[in-house]
This record gives sequence, C-alpha cells and structure tokens, in this order.
Amino acid sequence: MAKHKTPLLDELEKGPWPSFVSDIKREAESRAKNEKGVEYQIPVDVCDDLLGVLELSFTDGETHWKHGGIVGVFGYGGGVIGRYCDQPEMFPGVAHFHTVRVNQPSGLYYSTEFLNKLCDLWEFRGSGMTNMHGSTGDIVWLGTTTPQLEEIFYELTHNLDTDLGGSGSNLRTPACCLGMSRCEYSCIDAQDLCNDLTHEFQDFLHRPAFPYKFKFKMDGCPNGCVASIARSDLSFIGLWKDNIRINQEAVKAYIGGEIPPNGGAHAGRDWGKFDIQKEIINLCPTKCMWMEGDTLKINDKECNHCMHCINAMPRALRIGEDTGCAMLLGAKAPILDGAQMGTLVVPFIKCESPYTEIKDLIEKLFEFWMEEGKNRERVGETMKRIGLYKILQVLEVEVDARVVQEPRTNPYIFWKEEEVTGGWDRKIEDYRSRHKM
Amino acid sequence: MAFISSGYDPKQPMKDRITDIGPKDYKEFLPPVIKKNYGKWLYHEILEPGVLMHKAESGDEVYTVRVGSPRLMGVQTIREICEIADKHCGGHVRWTTRNNVEFMVDSKDKVAPLKEDLLSRKHTAGSYKFPIGGTGAGMTNIIHTQGWVHCHTAATDASGTVKAVMDDLFDEFTHMRLPAQLRVSMACCVNMCGAVHCSDIGFVGYHRKPPIIDHKILDQICEVPLAVAACPTAAIRPTKVDLPDGTKVNSVAIKNERCMFCGNCYTMCPALPLSDGQGGDGLIIMVGGKVSNRISNPKFSKVVVDFVPNEPPRWPTLVKKVRQIVDAYSKGAHKYERLGEWAERIGWERFFEVCDLEFTWHLIDDFRDPAYETWRQTTNFKF
Ligand code: HEM
Ligand code: HEM
Ligand code: HEM
Ligand code: SF4
Ligand code: SF4
Ligand code: SF4
Ligand code: SF4
Repeated sequence: MAKHKTPLLDELEKGPWPSFVSDIKREAESRAKNEKGVEYQIPVDVCDDLLGVLELSFTDGETHWKHGGIVGVFGYGGGVIGRYCDQPEMFPGVAHFHTVRVNQPSGLYYSTEFLNKLCDLWEFRGSGMTNMHGSTGDIVWLGTTTPQLEEIFYELTHNLDTDLGGSGSNLRTPACCLGMSRCEYSCIDAQDLCNDLTHEFQDFLHRPAFPYKFKFKMDGCPNGCVASIARSDLSFIGLWKDNIRINQEAVKAYIGGEIPPNGGAHAGRDWGKFDIQKEIINLCPTKCMWMEGDTLKINDKECNHCMHCINAMPRALRIGEDTGCAMLLGAKAPILDGAQMGTLVVPFIKCESPYTEIKDLIEKLFEFWMEEGKNRERVGETMKRIGLYKILQVLEVEVDARVVQEPRTNPYIFWKEEEVTGGWDRKIEDYRSRHKM
Repeated sequence: MAFISSGYDPKQPMKDRITDIGPKDYKEFLPPVIKKNYGKWLYHEILEPGVLMHKAESGDEVYTVRVGSPRLMGVQTIREICEIADKHCGGHVRWTTRNNVEFMVDSKDKVAPLKEDLLSRKHTAGSYKFPIGGTGAGMTNIIHTQGWVHCHTAATDASGTVKAVMDDLFDEFTHMRLPAQLRVSMACCVNMCGAVHCSDIGFVGYHRKPPIIDHKILDQICEVPLAVAACPTAAIRPTKVDLPDGTKVNSVAIKNERCMFCGNCYTMCPALPLSDGQGGDGLIIMVGGKVSNRISNPKFSKVVVDFVPNEPPRWPTLVKKVRQIVDAYSKGAHKYERLGEWAERIGWERFFEVCDLEFTWHLIDDFRDPAYETWRQTTNFKF
C-alpha cells in the first residue's frame, strides 16, 4: 500500500515514455519489501515521502525544498549539496535529503560489477534514487542524511576506488564525449584528456579556490556532443589541420545510392535520391569542394572543418591525421549578464599525453583568475570585463586573426605609449612654436 | 535500523583517510571490442532508429542499441540494466550525455534478441522501461534539471514536463524522419543548469513575481549586503522596517519594477522566496540554438513563447506549443537544416506565422547591450 495518495503523479505513469513516477514507486516498494534484508541507514519510507512531497508540489505549484545548508565531508568544499524539506512533519523521510555527486568515469562506460556495487552502497546509505547523470556529468545521488556523508565517502574511497565530484566555487567535474572509444570523428583522445585533467587538478576540484565555478569539457570534434562550447568555462574541441582523407570509391557509391547518406540518419523519410551537388557541395559553408568528373575535390586550405561533408558521407571522408584541439574560454548560461558562447583563445594545440603545454596554459589561467576575478564572476565575465586581448596576454598566446569573428567596428584603440613614435611626452612650447594661440 | 559504521571514526577523521583519488580509470570499463579498436574506427551506420553499427579498421564491428531513460532512476532499475548487460553484453554498458543508455554487442546476430528483451520490459503501469531510438534525424532524450523533485529555486517541475513532452513526441524518438537532429532541453529556472540556451528547443521554468520579503527573519538568517550585491539589476537596497509588534529591524526594500525575477537574491538569502503557484510561475519556450559547428556557427536559443502556465500533471499548453513548433519545422525545413537555420532562412517574422505563435512585446530584447544586436537594422524583411 502506498503511504501517500498521489493522484496527480499517477497521471504521469501513463504514456509510452519511461515514467519516473513508476521508477520512484518501484524503489519505494522494493524498500518496503526488503527482500534482501538490507539494514537501511536512512528511513525505509524515504521514497514514499519523496512521492508525497512531489505530489504536494504538483498540487500547489511550488517547490518544497529549502535552501541547502552547509554540509559536506571533512576537508572537501564540494561534492555534497545540502537539501532539506520545508514540510518535515508531513514527510519525515525526506526531512534531510542531501545530494551526493560521485565523479563519473570518463565517457560513461561501466562494468556491471562496479555499477552493482554503487547500487549496493546507495541503497544501504541513501534513498536509492539517482540521476544518471547530472548535467555536469556526475553520478548524482539524491537523498541522504548528514551522518551518512562521511560513511559514504569512506566506502567510496576505500571500497570503490572512487571520489566525489565538484560543486561550489570549485573546479567542477570535467566531462567529455565518448571520443576515440567509439567515434571515428574524434581528433583527440577526449576520454584520456578528461581523465588526466581530472586527476591533475584534484585539489581545485575539492577545495574552493576560485571566484566561482569552473568547468572543463572536451568534445572530440566540432560536432560538439557534450556541448562544451556552450557549457564549459574552458572547452576543448578536437580539430585536424591537414587534409580530409577521401575514399573516391566510396564517394561513387554514395552518388550511386549504394550507401545511405549521413550514416542512414535520414532513413525515416523519403528525401529523394542523394544529390552530392545539392547536399554536400552547395552546403559546404566555405564552398571549397567540387567535382571533377566523378572525383570529389576539396581545397583543404579553405575548409573550416565544419564536419558537414564528413557527417554526411562517413564512409568516403575521414578527418585528417595532423590532429589537436582548439581551446575556447568563457561559455556560460544566461545568468547574470546574458548567455555566452566559448571564445576561441587557442586556435590549435597538440593534444597528447602528458598534455604539458595544455596544463601550463590552464595554470596561467587559474592563477590570473584567482587574482583578478570578482566574487561570483565566471571567467567569461572576467574576460568580458577586461577584454580578450588581456586574456591572450595572460596565456601568452600569439595574437591571431582567428580569435575574432571580425575586426573591431570602432577606432577606439588603447594604444600603448611605447607603440607610438616619440612617446606621449610632448612639450607645449614645441607645439606652440608651430601653432600660435 | 542500527547505525552501521563503514570503518570511519568521527573522533579521528584523518585516520586511514583516502582523498583526492579522482574517478576510476575509464579503461577498466571498456567492452573488449571497444578497447581493442580504440581510436581505430573507420565509419558508422545507423541501421535503424536506435541501432548503430561502428566498423573498425580491423574489420571488427560493434552494434549499439540506444534506449531512453527518465534520468531520475532508482537502483532497482540500474540493477535491471546490469542484468540485461550481463545477459547480452558481457557485463558492460554506457550512458550517453543526453541520459540515454547504450547496450553494445560485438556481432549482428546478438542485436535482435537484445532488442526484443529491451522492448518486452515495461513498468506495471504500462510505460516502456527501455524504449529504443534517439539516433539520427530525429529527437533524442531531453536533457533536464531537477525541478520540484530536488531543487529550491525551481519554478516548475523538470521530470514532469519532460515526461509529458516526451510522451507526445515519442514517435520522433523512435523514428528518423525530421530534417536533422532535434535537441530538446529543459531547465526549471533561469539558472539553466542544462544547456537550454543552445538547444533546438528549450523550455525553462520562470518566475514572474518579485521576492516576498520576510522582514521578521531576514536580518537573522541573511547578510543584508550579500543580498543587495546579489541583484544584477540593483533592485535591492538596505532599509529599516517597523514590525507590527513595534520592533525596528534591518531588512531590504525591493524596487519591483526593476526586478527581472532571476532568483539570485533568494539563492543568497532564504528570506526572499519568489515561488508562486497562484499564477506567477510557469515556463518560457526558446528555440533555434545549436552547439555543433556543422554548416553554420553555434547559436543561442531565442525566446519565442513568453509564458506558458504551470499545468501539472501534464502541462497541456506546453506540450501543444512544442508540438506546433516541431510540426512546422518538420514540414518546412530542408534536409540537414537545424531548427535555428530554418528559422533564419525563412525569417523570424515568418517563423511566428508558420508556427502559429504570437509575437508580443515581451519578445523584444531590452536586457543590456546585446539587445541592440537583436533589433532589425535593415529593410530586408518580409510581409
Ligand atoms: C545563482 C546561480 C545558481 C544556483 C543558486 C544554482 C544552484 C544549484 C543547485 C542547488 C543545484 C543542485 C540541484 C540538486 O541537485 O538538488 C544545482 C545543480 C546544477 N547546476 Fe546550478 N545553480 C546556479 C547556476 C547554475 C548555472 C548558471 C549553471 C550552468 C551553466 C548551473 C549548472 C548546474 C548543473 C549542471 C547542476 C547539476 C544539475 C543536475 O544534476 O541536473 N548552475 N545548481
Ligand atoms: C550536425 C551535427 C551533429 C552530428 C553529425 C552528430 C553526430 C553524432 C553521432 C554520429 C553520434 C553518435 C556517436 C556515437 O555514439 O558513436 C552523436 C552522439 C551524440 N550527439 Fe551528436 N552530432 C551532431 C550534433 C550534436 C549536437 C548539436 C549535440 C548537442 C546539443 C549533440 C549531442 C550528442 C550527444 C549527447 C550524443 C550522445 C548520444 C546521445 O545521447 O544521443 N550532437 N552525434
Ligand atoms: C572611423 C571613424 C569615423 C569616420 C571615418 C567618420 C567620418 C565622417 C564623415 C565623412 C562625416 C561627414 C562629414 C561631412 O558631412 O562633411 C561625418 C560626420 C559626422 N560624424 Fe563621423 N566619422 C567617424 C567617427 C565618428 C564618431 C566616433 C562620431 C561620434 C561619436 C562621429 C560623429 C559624427 C557626427 C556627429 C557627424 C555629423 C553628422 C551629420 O552631419 O549629421 N563620427 N563623419
Ligand atoms: S563530439 Fe565529435 S568526436 Fe565526440 S562523439 Fe561527438 S561526433 Fe564523435
Ligand atoms: S568540413 Fe565543412 S567546410 Fe570542410 S569541406 Fe566539409 S563541408 Fe566544407
Ligand atoms: S535549473 Fe534552477 S531550479 Fe533547476 S536544478 Fe538548476 S538551479 Fe535548480
Ligand atoms: S529576483 Fe533577481 S532581479 Fe529580482 S530582486 Fe532578486 S536578484 Fe534582483
């Protein structure tokens, strides 16, 4: 028998899409039955009360969670988010319902052995409810009590060989696309870079030292499957510098209709016969492709590696072999000053373990931002305030036309004195000797 | 329920303490065929909605079956995923960035039994546990945030709105008949913990009433200067207030007409709540963003519906408006054209017409400098 009546939530058990309400109920029932005889360390009816408080929110259209208080594990300034219910008498099971962020493995692959161990721990010491995964990338565990936090941390580090993720004004848990593990487009080993930087910067991940949060994300190519350009303060996007590799036989097969375009992505509708001129050559944003007879030609120098032709004909075209990545700084959601996309600061850098050059750049950036950033200012806002050129100076990267979309439209240049012939120190007497008052 | 210690000793927190070990090495979790062909993939093909085949230089193939998930899931469901992975996939499984689950097998004959097994599993109330789809020129899972399930600033529910929209657009998840991929995202307040600001379609929970000031407790639980500093529009100033019982307290005053309902002050000070179930809170709909660099540059999403009321449990108005947009896009866009590229080609004035959406004064940007760039500085428009 359900503890609370949930007529509104029950409506969300209908329809084909996997129902989160059914999922919470499933967990509630499993806890009530407790067939495996688990010694639950937090209230058995936590999931019933979660349904109850959610039903109440559905009834009055307002959230019933209070502000997080400061909770966490000893020595860490992040990884746990305090959460309390504002109706603890009605729903004692979720009176304390803290979130734990567990650092996910790069690329989100798991062995079932490891996953089952995670489940055992979370069922025993928490609500059993999770987000697979949080938007930042972590495994998010929803709902436990304060006394369980150190216990969970102890078991995670001792038995599961895994750490907490980031929250607060820390480095947030880095995240990447699946990269080379299963994507032929990947120009960099996104998983390795992600894993390496996560380990390298553990201190920043666990101890707040920044003005505000800071996120790294890595996309293996400009398709951007983890949306690093929009969601990370420092985004790494894989690129190639040399030529797209062409298999002319496969080009002919696409033209002949033997291979479906775009890996078959459009199979659900009749779009007519594949037309290489219309679908590839004319859509190339730089117009750097053409046919010579039945041979496809690319003027690679003019290609801006947008990925369109490669996406559309993956068996005929492959990324080049001189690969590395671009680095873009400062993306953030609209709060406070409007949304920002990442701005290109490093057009190309080699991206090979142990990533020394990349780490040097990051260290320069962190040092500068900890010094110059204002409280609760994202690095993109700092950059906006002080200007892109100053950031390039901090990073000691050469100025390059690639970092702008277009040159400035006003002449208000802050020349430096040493750049101007003769300097700024002028004598009025000299001037007057040429111009009478 | 007796407290069971893990071995941690609260009196000696540093004893045997292990810290800063980071995540487990991802290489331990790769399925053998993935590990063997790492970085050596030649090409991929989507065999049918939800089923991918990747071919390696070695000739090896890996078949992936992608299924949707509600993201919010209990360990019972995760254990069931493990059980399936043990049965079919040698004990390996992965999640995608957009909260799908991927089951991988190393030969084609293993695909059909895996698919059959996945589709046969349903919740007792009827919904699929593991619907197959989310690939190619179709819709994949909706990235979303916490909502009323877990967040203190949520202006709407995340899981509920997503479930309602996904039920309605379910056929777009299981088919590949749109002009290009359609990325939909949801955030339950303007903090936008998801990447709603760069999605083909995004819906965002939204407050419309300024904070209520709890003068009685404000000074006890908040730092007044922090609350003042939190406001991006400088709507908050310190003041002194006479309580009904005659005591004088330090508090704040808010210039309501300057408030943009962002909730930053509430984040800094719990005595300034702004949730409102009495007609204030609801959602906005944004469209036309993208993050990929394909053909055109990444773009921000634009607000095209200024307000949709909160209508739990199934948000019919939200579902209807999203559907109108998807249908018009599906009908009007060229092959490969993302929603924002289509809207730019036909012009936003035409977009509102074909989607049957009303353009109101709320949709004219007046927030700081970038607003100017969004006004029209040409006579190139359509009637
Ligand atoms: C004043 C600003 C913000 C506040 C007060 C805030 C607060 C929170 C809180 C309380 C959570 C935890 C929710 C939970 O697990 O119960 C959270 C999660 C998160 N926040 Fe924020 N947030 C803010 C801004 C942002 C922004 C601007 C972004 C992204 C650009 C962001 C990204 C995230 C992400 C990715 C998560 C994880 C959510 C998930 O698991 O789905 N936050 N935030
Ligand atoms: C036209 C541009 C794009 C192409 C051609 C493309 C191609 C692909 C391909 C081939 C995969 C499958 C990779 C694999 O699993 O082996 C994939 C996965 C993915 N893509 Fe993209 N992508 C594009 C744009 C985007 C955009 C704009 C986003 C996000 C806003 C995105 C997000 C994802 C995510 C999250 C996955 C992981 C699988 C999933 O959850 O569906 N992609 N993409
Ligand atoms: C690249 C920089 C600029 C160039 C090349 C430029 C050039 C000109 C020219 C050729 C004229 C017409 C003069 C005439 O009718 O004889 C003009 C007029 C004017 N300019 Fe500029 N200008 C520049 C920047 C500015 C700036 C920065 C301002 C003010 C902030 C400004 C304010 C004006 C005004 C007020 C007029 C008079 C307009 C009128 O007659 O209605 N200009 N400018
Ligand atoms: S970002 Fe590029 S390399 Fe990474 S998964 Fe997406 S398409 Fe592949
Ligand atoms: S990657 Fe883009 S720019 Fe380069 S040739 Fe292909 S379509 Fe043209
Ligand atoms: S978007 Fe807002 S309401 Fe939703 S989880 Fe993030 S901070 Fe909370
Ligand atoms: S909601 Fe935002 S704009 Fe309104 S008073 Fe609070 S901080 Fe200022």
